[in-house]
Amino acid sequence: MAQIFHARANTIIRICLALLLIVPAGTVAAWMVVMRSDYVTGRNETVTQPVMFSHRHHTAEIGIDCRYCHSSVEDSAFAGIPPTETCMTCHSQLFTEADMLAPVRQSWVSGTRLNWNRVHDLPDYVYFNHSVHLAGGVACTTCHGAVGEMRLTRQVAPLTMEWCLSCHRAPGKNLSPRATLYDPFPTEGKSAEEGHALLAEYGIDTSGLTDCSACHR
Amino acid sequence: MTRVLFLCILALAACKQDMVDQAKDKAYSASSVWDDGASARPFVAGTVARGDLARMAAVQQPPEVDAALLARGQERYGIFCAPCHGLTGRGDGRVVQRGFPAPPDYLSDRLRAAPAEHFMEVIANGYGVMFPYGARVAPRDRWAIVAYIRALQLADGEVTRGHPARDAVPVGGGR
Ligand code: HEC
Ligand code: HEC
Ligand code: HEC
Ligand code: HEC
Ligand code: HEC
Ligand code: HEC
Repeated sequence: MAQIFHARANTIIRICLALLLIVPAGTVAAWMVVMRSDYVTGRNETVTQPVMFSHRHHTAEIGIDCRYCHSSVEDSAFAGIPPTETCMTCHSQLFTEADMLAPVRQSWVSGTRLNWNRVHDLPDYVYFNHSVHLAGGVACTTCHGAVGEMRLTRQVAPLTMEWCLSCHRAPGKNLSPRATLYDPFPTEGKSAEEGHALLAEYGIDTSGLTDCSACHR
Repeated sequence: MTRVLFLCILALAACKQDMVDQAKDKAYSASSVWDDGASARPFVAGTVARGDLARMAAVQQPPEVDAALLARGQERYGIFCAPCHGLTGRGDGRVVQRGFPAPPDYLSDRLRAAPAEHFMEVIANGYGVMFPYGARVAPRDRWAIVAYIRALQLADGEVTRGHPARDAVPVGGGR
């Protein structure tokens, strides 16, 4: 009787067995890498806007506070995007001829909105709230990066669940003193003791911060 | 066979984005319901918003001046007024240095003599080329700012030309 299996059969079976493990593991690993990549999370992307608005210019160079424009950030879930009127408080007198600002003037005269496009966009099943984070001592730049350096606004954090949780598990070292919450640049690293002191100062109860229902409600 | 089909359906389901972009309107989301394409609606002319009466009452009733009110006033002044009026109230803020028409000096005799109501009125409704700030500064904060301006007027002597406080930049613009 002829041989059913020829000499290489053992090797082939071994390779197949190995692949049976490697392929699924590799697929999962590749998937995880892709889901965390900048391409999927939108990290570091800039967005086309009706006006080339520069945070670097308005915050770091001119020294305007975030709340002049994002005026609801302290007391509501949303930071607020400034209406045309806010730009006009200055640009009714400044740079009144600039082409770059033509859409702003047009919007002011005609009363139509400027349609700013979102840079950050969490999935709708996630609940996020700005006011709770500011009351809890998390600075804008901890989540949004060095806004004072950005000519065009981009998303610095990946906004994955992993990212939110990495802070919620141990927020202490990510807190900032009250006076620096609205700075356009992040303050330098804090020691563990300072973190603990800030946790106590802001009176933060960390027990419920990683409950699913905190963010998925 | 059914099992394979079931797995295929599961795999397809995982790709649906329904929960990511739900059919609800959030603040600032786009909407196809109204002509201007936005979910946020402007006030209907002639309506009174919830809390408006309380806000109107707060404009009439000055709060008691204490350290907390002054601290609040200093913070709000730094955010909303200092870019033009300057940290000391001389009318030499950063935006004025960039070419915005200079506002009058708070330390002038005229504005020292002006009643608090005048400041309240200017914050709420604007004055000349200055836009109104009523939408962004709540009545209690307006009183806090006025109290702080009074403090600036009292403190004048110490903050002369060349004093480091005059070069300071409004909150956070340090670099
Ligand atoms: C002069 C007004 C102004 C000031 C001051 C300002 N911003 Fe903005 N901000 C805007 C405008 C207009 C947009 C929308 C256009 C864009 O995304 O660049 C915006 C967008 C943003 C976004 C992205 C929002 C999105 O779509 O996801 C972030 C984050 C942000 N600002 C943070 C800050 C921080 C932090 C500060 C203070 C350090 C600040 N801004 C100060 C006007 C301002
Ligand atoms: C704990 C992290 C965190 C902090 C602190 C934070 N933000 Fe945000 N910000 C976010 C996230 C997440 C979003 C996206 C929200 C969404 O998609 O619903 C966002 C969105 C925004 C937007 C877009 C409009 C909106 O409300 O969705 C603006 C403007 C903004 N942030 C400005 C600020 C400013 C100014 C500060 C500081 C005063 C600040 N943020 C502090 C995480 C943060
Ligand atoms: C508090 C005053 C103030 C406000 C509010 C303000 N700007 Fe400006 N803006 C300035 C000043 C000052 C300059 C720079 C003038 C200079 O370079 O000397 C400027 C410059 C600009 C420029 C040209 C900058 C460049 O990169 O050359 C654009 C575009 C602009 N602003 C857009 C906006 C928009 C859009 C808004 C509303 C969200 C806004 N600004 C609100 C004060 C302001
Ligand atoms: C840098 C730290 C940090 C990051 C990043 C962060 N948070 Fe928080 N978050 C906090 C702190 C601190 C508190 C508690 C504030 C308090 O109790 O005063 C909090 C509280 C909350 C609360 C209120 C919880 C409750 O039940 O009171 C929600 C909701 C929340 N965060 C959602 C999010 C989401 C969603 C993200 C990610 C997009 C996120 N946070 C990212 C620090 C952070
Ligand atoms: C601090 C806030 C926070 C907490 C607490 C939290 N999540 Fe999330 N979750 C998020 C954010 C943000 C996303 C969106 C991630 C993204 O878009 O990549 C998310 C996404 C998810 C998703 C969808 C994942 C996907 O890729 O489609 C599931 C499922 C989920 N969370 C389950 C949970 C469960 C279960 C818990 C409790 C153990 C929990 N979450 C606690 C913030 C949170
Ligand atoms: C964008 C620049 C700008 C900002 C911000 C600003 N002002 Fe003014 N303000 C002016 C200018 C310019 C004038 C002079 C107007 C004129 O005479 O046409 C003025 C005038 C005034 C006057 C004098 C009215 C009089 O009787 O002469 C007062 C009081 C005043 N502002 C208060 C405030 C307060 C309080 C704030 C903060 C909530 C503020 N301003 C924010 C530019 C500004």
